[in-house]
Amino acid sequence: MDVSALDEASLAGSAVDIGETMQAIAEHKGCGASGGSGKASCGSQAGQGDLPTEIWEKVKNHPCYSEEAHHHYARMHVAVAPACNIQCNYCNRKFDCANESRPGVVSEKLTPEQAAKKVLAVASTVPQMTVLGIAGPGDPLANPKKTFKTFELVAKAAPDIKLCLSTNGLMLPDHVDTIARFKIDHVTITINMVHPEIGAKIYPWIFYNHKRHTGLEAAKILNDRQLQGLEMLTERGVLCKINSVMIPGINDQHLVEVNKAVKSRGAFLHNIMPLISAPEHGTVFGLNGQRAPTAQELKALQDACEGEMNMMRHCRQCRADAVGLLGEDRSAEFTTEKVMAMDVNYDLQMRKAYQAKVEEERVVKVAAEQEELAELASEMSDIKLLVAVATKGTGLINEHFGHAKEFQVYELSTTGAKFVGHRRVDHYCRGGYGQEESLATIIRAINDCHAVFVAKIGGCPKSNLLKAGIEPVDQYAHEFIEKSAIAWFKSYLAKVQSGEIQHVERGEAAIRQGALISAA
Amino acid sequence: MPFKIIASQCSGCSACELECPNVAISEKGGTFVIDPKKCTECIGHFDEPQCVAVCPVDNTCVVDTSLPRYQARA
Repeated sequence: MDVSALDEASLAGSAVDIGETMQAIAEHKGCGASGGSGKASCGSQAGQGDLPTEIWEKVKNHPCYSEEAHHHYARMHVAVAPACNIQCNYCNRKFDCANESRPGVVSEKLTPEQAAKKVLAVASTVPQMTVLGIAGPGDPLANPKKTFKTFELVAKAAPDIKLCLSTNGLMLPDHVDTIARFKIDHVTITINMVHPEIGAKIYPWIFYNHKRHTGLEAAKILNDRQLQGLEMLTERGVLCKINSVMIPGINDQHLVEVNKAVKSRGAFLHNIMPLISAPEHGTVFGLNGQRAPTAQELKALQDACEGEMNMMRHCRQCRADAVGLLGEDRSAEFTTEKVMAMDVNYDLQMRKAYQAKVEEERVVKVAAEQEELAELASEMSDIKLLVAVATKGTGLINEHFGHAKEFQVYELSTTGAKFVGHRRVDHYCRGGYGQEESLATIIRAINDCHAVFVAKIGGCPKSNLLKAGIEPVDQYAHEFIEKSAIAWFKSYLAKVQSGEIQHVERGEAAIRQGALISAA
Repeated sequence: MPFKIIASQCSGCSACELECPNVAISEKGGTFVIDPKKCTECIGHFDEPQCVAVCPVDNTCVVDTSLPRYQARA
């Protein structure tokens, strides 16, 4: 794929214009620098923006549907749906789906009753958990009885929890009315292609109408059903997110077309995820050496699609039994054994009080950013750069460099700070051994960034980062991410203008392929 | 000859259990087993054995050659 061409196109489309900048600020920060008239909304970024109130109410505390919410609210998945009805070349069913669940570890299968108890246990312990999703480990709609029974039990016991599901779409048209009846507001459909020729390279077979179908026929049935299901859901006002796995050389360029197809059918958000592919996962793609995209290729494709609709860039491709904020995994605290032993007291008032506090914090955070941004508006510069941030959530720079499991990546320009992705890294600070190598892994993961914002950092990693050309920034410890990043960017621009430093482009960064094993 | 499931290859996903027209499949210790007395090889129900068609691991639902073929009653 000609990534550079894509990248140039997206850069050209976002040349800095001061009038445009002021407009963007007046509109309370849209969905990114590139703007675009065809966009459905601005749900993936900061505030309500130009979203209709009724949609904003649906997404404002859904961590997967709102980038801004994902700093504050948590989700959980329950693994009640083990069976699947299609075969994907990026999946090995000996484990969970390698791409939409973390590879290498099998989810603990739950009955609907166990799942409901688990939801209540988590909701009582983690008041910011607002969303229950069923995402597998197979396909929820290949296990409709267990899936809908779970939703029924949870809706009865914890009516404030939003319900969502994630499906390959094959059986979707048959269940659309049930989905609407159960008030499942959010449905994610994984659509990797809209041409059977491409689909045949991704799906060896599907099981449909009591028959195994292969090749072009299989891909055609699957795609027809996916698009039909999408249309039926959007007609009924259900918000739809489309997941696509970016497979270099197979569907990477094609995903621009997929983006148009789903946008025209009313999809709300498009989530293009990098292929996860390593031989040890035992998938067809892992074994035949199919490579994953680089962080730059992924971002270029996301940028190219963004003019068409909202892009999700904060997906962590989490497991079918994940619990917690995106990017954290607290599932080990809630194993079936532990949950069944818990005495659960579901306190709706406590949850509401906690969430009201979160909302207050969000308002303060956005106000702080706006204030900082107002000054930036007078700056004139074409410079656009990336910075990495170590955070534990709540929108603050509050993680020690050595404790970070991931870094969030923001793109800074005179239009402000825009979340554009995240990079997983190993724990660097394990002490004792392997520190040099871990540090090298981190540098590879954030090699495209000019600076890394941390709450604290030791002397040794500091000097190694500087040697790699990445500035460690700890002066904004425990402050808001966007406000701090914009403040730092202003001083960076000032230094460039005064000739104190020279602005240079950074190199490529790698997307880490290993499995996130621990919940430590 | 009814079908059987090779336990060492079974991923325990339960897809076959949901599809079996004879309710012949059940879970046993994390994997699934076919009751040979109930298995009809899907004759009279479908064109192909459902467990074979839906199983995500190839060659896991196989014909049990140690048992006689299923005879559809006239």
